[in-house]
Amino acid sequence: MQGLAHQLVAGIATGGIYASVALALVMIYQSTHHLNFAQGEMATFSTYIALTLINVGLPYWIAFVLTILISFAMGVFIERVMLKPMHNASVLANVGVFIGLLLVFRNAMGWIFDYTIKAFPSPFESDHPLLGGLISGHELGSTAVTLGVLGIVYVFFRFTKLGLAMRAAAFNASSSRLVGIRVGWMLALGWGLAAAIGAIAGMMIAPVVFLEPNMMLGILLYAFAGALLGGIDNPGGAVIGGFAVGIIENLGGAYLVGTELKLTLALGIIICVLLVKPSGLFGRVVQSRV
Amino acid sequence: MTALLELRDLHAGYGQTRVLHGIDLTVDAGGVTALLGANGAGKTTTLRAVCGMVRTTGEVTLAGERIDNRATEDIARRGVAHVPDGRGTFMELTVEENFKLGAYVRKDREVTSDFEQMFGYFPRLRQRWKQQAGTLSGGEQQMLAIARALLLRPRLLLLDEPSFGLAPLIVQDIFGILRQVREAQGVGILIVEQNANLALDFADRAYLLETGRIVVSGPAQEIREDEQIRRSYLGY
Repeated sequence: MQGLAHQLVAGIATGGIYASVALALVMIYQSTHHLNFAQGEMATFSTYIALTLINVGLPYWIAFVLTILISFAMGVFIERVMLKPMHNASVLANVGVFIGLLLVFRNAMGWIFDYTIKAFPSPFESDHPLLGGLISGHELGSTAVTLGVLGIVYVFFRFTKLGLAMRAAAFNASSSRLVGIRVGWMLALGWGLAAAIGAIAGMMIAPVVFLEPNMMLGILLYAFAGALLGGIDNPGGAVIGGFAVGIIENLGGAYLVGTELKLTLALGIIICVLLVKPSGLFGRVVQSRV
Repeated sequence: MTALLELRDLHAGYGQTRVLHGIDLTVDAGGVTALLGANGAGKTTTLRAVCGMVRTTGEVTLAGERIDNRATEDIARRGVAHVPDGRGTFMELTVEENFKLGAYVRKDREVTSDFEQMFGYFPRLRQRWKQQAGTLSGGEQQMLAIARALLLRPRLLLLDEPSFGLAPLIVQDIFGILRQVREAQGVGILIVEQNANLALDFADRAYLLETGRIVVSGPAQEIREDEQIRRSYLGY
């Protein structure tokens, strides 16, 4: 029973990471209908930036905040410079840009930071298990951070004018221009936010899986499974899907298929969703009357 | 009266297809200009050309300032509100959010009192306040589209077939409200309509468009009373 409870809690902790990355994927998908394959690599790159800042001697939380800001700027910059000229290009051309971005980031990381596996510090006390061994300090802390991030993102989109404008631009670009919204900049802001969210996810998972250029590869796959499960065009659904995948992965890994085959579960979820309910559990159904 | 909107030798099209072949048209400040014509004549394209949604050559002047080939959002920020065909409402968002987006570029503090004014024109929208715009009836959606456009506090309102697909009673309602709006807000209106009778009744100036060229222009009343024009172009 203790073991099951622990797997469940650990599932929620990693699920929070998947939920964050899934949210980043969905945010860009909603406004552009493209999946950013480089989302994981961008997050890993941000984590390297954080490690560099920490190694320079900055306190963890200052490095944390700086990394978020740098990642945000990087996301905005990438959209403005690389994706903006692609707005009217074909789907395949866009996919090409995303794959190119992925390769550039991965190789740049190997070149700048080398391919050796590095330890990444956790800001949370992780030596003493809490709640009678149920959860480690890092699991508790990173879950709190990811939940906090998701909460802030929700409040931003739901209750601020800029958040509303970004949602409007994603739903209906031409109507948004007619009310004076600068749609191009909303897309760039979306990229910035997605990059910032990815950076936080990277910094929270790195102490667990260790930092190397391919760190986010599996995580991106889980996140994608979560996003599909919840509904690729529904941010709230993607978050729930991310948590669900985290729990399924942990329980399945412990009791069903073993740790070596855990990643297959993600692929299994992707295939099941596409076969049974392609719009996902909470996929958007627009009601309309004419 | 001074001209609010002036089109001079305006050409526009989509890709290789030319749709407008040199249009001259005027909307007076606070006046209503109707643009009539058959399907495919270029009425909708003319409205799109005014707010920068298609590439154009020629001049588009708003209150003395050239606005041709500016970005759509910049033209909106200069006070041009467009209710396009298909209405341009945000179907996935609530009525409240559509209202807020209508006033998106405004920085003054009278936005809330303008919301009240819109409820005065369209009381049904208050009852639908928290409802998704896509679930409204066709008439309610058209009202929402007009409210959304007016919340920009426009100098110029472009209306693309506001009567399209609506029951006659609702159409009467909407045109009644447009008359009130015109009195109260002093906004210039350029309206495209299939229903020539309705439009000529509402407008003080009218243009007849045929395959991208203006073939008749003049005061709305004269055009309405001209038997020749009515028979050959308007078909009633």
